[in-house]
Amino acid sequence: MGYQGHFRVWRGSDEGGGLEDFTVEVNEGEVVLDVIHRLQATQTPDLAVRWNCKAGKCGSCSAEINGKPRLLCMTRMSVFAEDETVTVTPMRTFPVIRDLVTDVSYNYQKAREIPAFKPPAGVAPGEYRMQQVDVERSQEFRKCIECFLCNNTCHVIRDHEENKESFAGPRFLMRVAELEMHPLDQADRVQEAQSSHGLGLCNITKCCTEVCPEHIKITDNALIPMKERVADRRYDPIVWLGNKLFRNKS
Amino acid sequence: MPELERHSFDVLVIGAGGAGLRAAIEAREHGMRTAVLCKSLFGKAHTVMAEGGIAAAMGNVNSNDNWQVHFRDTMRGGKFLNNWRMAELHAKEAPDRVWELETYGALFDRTKDGRISQRNFGGHEYPRLAHVGDRTGLELIRSLQQKVVSLQQDDFAETGDYESRLKVFQEFTVTDLVLDDGRVAGAFGYWRESGRFVLFEAPAVVLATGGIGKSFKVTSNSWEYTGDGHALALRAGASLINMEFVQFHPTGMVWPPSVKGILVTESVRGDGGVLRNSEGKRFMFDYIPEVFKDKYADNEAEADRWYADPGQNRRPPELLPRDEVARAINSEVKAGRGSEHGGVFLDVSTRLPAEEIMRRLPSMHHQFKELADVDITAQPMEVGPTCHYVMGGVQVDPDTGASSVPGLFAAGEVSGGMHGSNRLGGNSLSDLLVFGRRAGAGASDYVGGLSARPVCSDEAVAEAERTAVAPFSGADGGGENPYTLHMELQQAMNDLVGIIRRAEEMDQAIKRLEELKRRAATVVVEGHRQFNPGWHLALDLRNMLLVSECVARAALLRTESRGGHTRDDFPGMDAEWRRKLLVCRSAGSSVEVVEEPQVPIRSDLLELFEHSELQKYLTADELEG
Repeated sequence: MGYQGHFRVWRGSDEGGGLEDFTVEVNEGEVVLDVIHRLQATQTPDLAVRWNCKAGKCGSCSAEINGKPRLLCMTRMSVFAEDETVTVTPMRTFPVIRDLVTDVSYNYQKAREIPAFKPPAGVAPGEYRMQQVDVERSQEFRKCIECFLCNNTCHVIRDHEENKESFAGPRFLMRVAELEMHPLDQADRVQEAQSSHGLGLCNITKCCTEVCPEHIKITDNALIPMKERVADRRYDPIVWLGNKLFRNKS
Repeated sequence: MPELERHSFDVLVIGAGGAGLRAAIEAREHGMRTAVLCKSLFGKAHTVMAEGGIAAAMGNVNSNDNWQVHFRDTMRGGKFLNNWRMAELHAKEAPDRVWELETYGALFDRTKDGRISQRNFGGHEYPRLAHVGDRTGLELIRSLQQKVVSLQQDDFAETGDYESRLKVFQEFTVTDLVLDDGRVAGAFGYWRESGRFVLFEAPAVVLATGGIGKSFKVTSNSWEYTGDGHALALRAGASLINMEFVQFHPTGMVWPPSVKGILVTESVRGDGGVLRNSEGKRFMFDYIPEVFKDKYADNEAEADRWYADPGQNRRPPELLPRDEVARAINSEVKAGRGSEHGGVFLDVSTRLPAEEIMRRLPSMHHQFKELADVDITAQPMEVGPTCHYVMGGVQVDPDTGASSVPGLFAAGEVSGGMHGSNRLGGNSLSDLLVFGRRAGAGASDYVGGLSARPVCSDEAVAEAERTAVAPFSGADGGGENPYTLHMELQQAMNDLVGIIRRAEEMDQAIKRLEELKRRAATVVVEGHRQFNPGWHLALDLRNMLLVSECVARAALLRTESRGGHTRDDFPGMDAEWRRKLLVCRSAGSSVEVVEEPQVPIRSDLLELFEHSELQKYLTADELEG
């Protein structure tokens, strides 16, 4: 059954803005994005929102709903009481362009800083052989739809603009882990995870895992294993001693 | 007015889905300075929605598979209306394109011996679809995206600039192509974010803009699918073919209303899922058409044995080509044997263990759980047909993707011919890669052969700019709302040029389109140019109307039923019509559709089929010759 819902939507630009109140029809089975679209069609034709597939597959419609980072297309209206005010704001970690749309170029920049897959030399296309059990580890990370909600929620950059320079964010640290665990990737990515991509800044509070709409276990399966590999390499006393000795000899 | 932003490139690729990115990679590898213009963010293109897999006759699961078998299946799926050369190139080259993705870092599901696993799909004789669970499109787009980044990293290492050879312009929409004496000279458009106009000067443009589904009310397509490339090509003077053929995917979600149309992958059926009506009957056995009788099981026992022993049994009829299944569902619902919300039941819960469903169909499980409160491991899904794909598109040279306009190329869904009257599932992703690469190479060779660059005239640019800002002036005083017009268009196309068509209704549709076109001329939008969705829709509407007119006019002319074109008033397939293409061209503010002869199939390819099968499709004099 339809009802009149109360919405507060942030409107504005990089120069500032604020929450605006709306009363709008809500129907059975709808998601927040449906209601935003109804606002566009009936009350605010120039309300800016980014969206594409409306099926939780493209990761475009990321925003914050009642303060929680979520996809607008996968948040059903039935999770709210009919008299509850639903507040929709843009992702906080990235600069606002207009209304619910933010400038997510930080993420594309970080993507570029991760060295690409390095194919095995001398293995022709069509000759790649990998076991299912070995590809599954990286396949989990490749489920990522790049909604950037994990990067949005991560306090390392959410509350510290100055860390953006040195921190790739959970999304791209997970990309490093994905390549590191790719059965055929030839690059060594462990040192760089720490030195170039800021893995050390992560203190495994699991906020990224909590907001991931794909339910990827970012912290447990990507970040912690990478931290362990870094620790093994850098701090294992025997490895340390070995490195020391062999370097001294050569 | 601020000064117009200008960029100059060798090859301009419009669209950043599978075809666009593969074309851009190819052009860059041919040494072209290449730009990719994407309507959305990089990596969000509609290709991510592809679920089931990518068809390529690698023979990893059944070693009897080869390009000839794939070619045959493709031609059968398209009811022999396909451009044979495209179907041939596609079948031959698809395996290389899939293997190449592995060198970009793609991770497909594996067979026991470590090769790429392949799954069954409608219309494919052997397990042929390389896949990653049910999110293959995401894997494809991400692999191509990451290859683009990897090329940019190479360029950075060499030149100190990531974008020196290959640059992606995100959230950028092209509104018009600019021509110089009938040749492509560039493209004009706007940044979504700022609304500022940009002129791209480039002697070659590859259209890779996808489809037209947003003209229909119930659709699996996203907002971007407004037929931009189809319309740009028409306005530039190129021809579109096969526009009457629109694929309605048999299984879209039907409930709740807000998700109506969202795709339910064909893999559900490929992996054992069955269709039942409200009486619990597996109804597809009643809908096996004559041409497919010897390939599909006519009883449940045989159909069920096929999964384990495909050599000795015929395939289950749930795996008929999509047009057949969509029509069957439509008939069941019409006959009053539908589900509560006007669909039928698709059930995998009684066919596979829950664990297996979760492994093979994770995103379907997620989608139904989150959006419809349905647990597909325990309950059936409610599904019905949804507008999914347009077989029609720009008429191109199969080998190079060149259109009839010099410098204009097309690949992927925006091109026409490859799939004939109906596309097989899984043939889309392979189409994107095979013809994306070819169009990228074709455009590069074209640019390499030019002695002088075409020029974008100031008048042409000024004209494009006037068109783009028109919705703000509302000069004619009509004040039409673009959202209202769009809804009316979608309703008209759905009701009058939908899955089952009749002459009177299509006549009516053409009148409605004329009226909508008239009203669209007076459309007016509020606000300013910065990220203004109302304005964007107003501009997209122009393309949707033009392309819808092609669909309606061509559909009215084709007085037979074939693939994605079903006429209630002409239910049979007519061999004479197989020899004809309906070609759409721009004529003033309207569209003109003319009959042209179909290219005859090369004789050695015809020999791949039994004579008795060809008799079902070809005319008597074709068979003699």
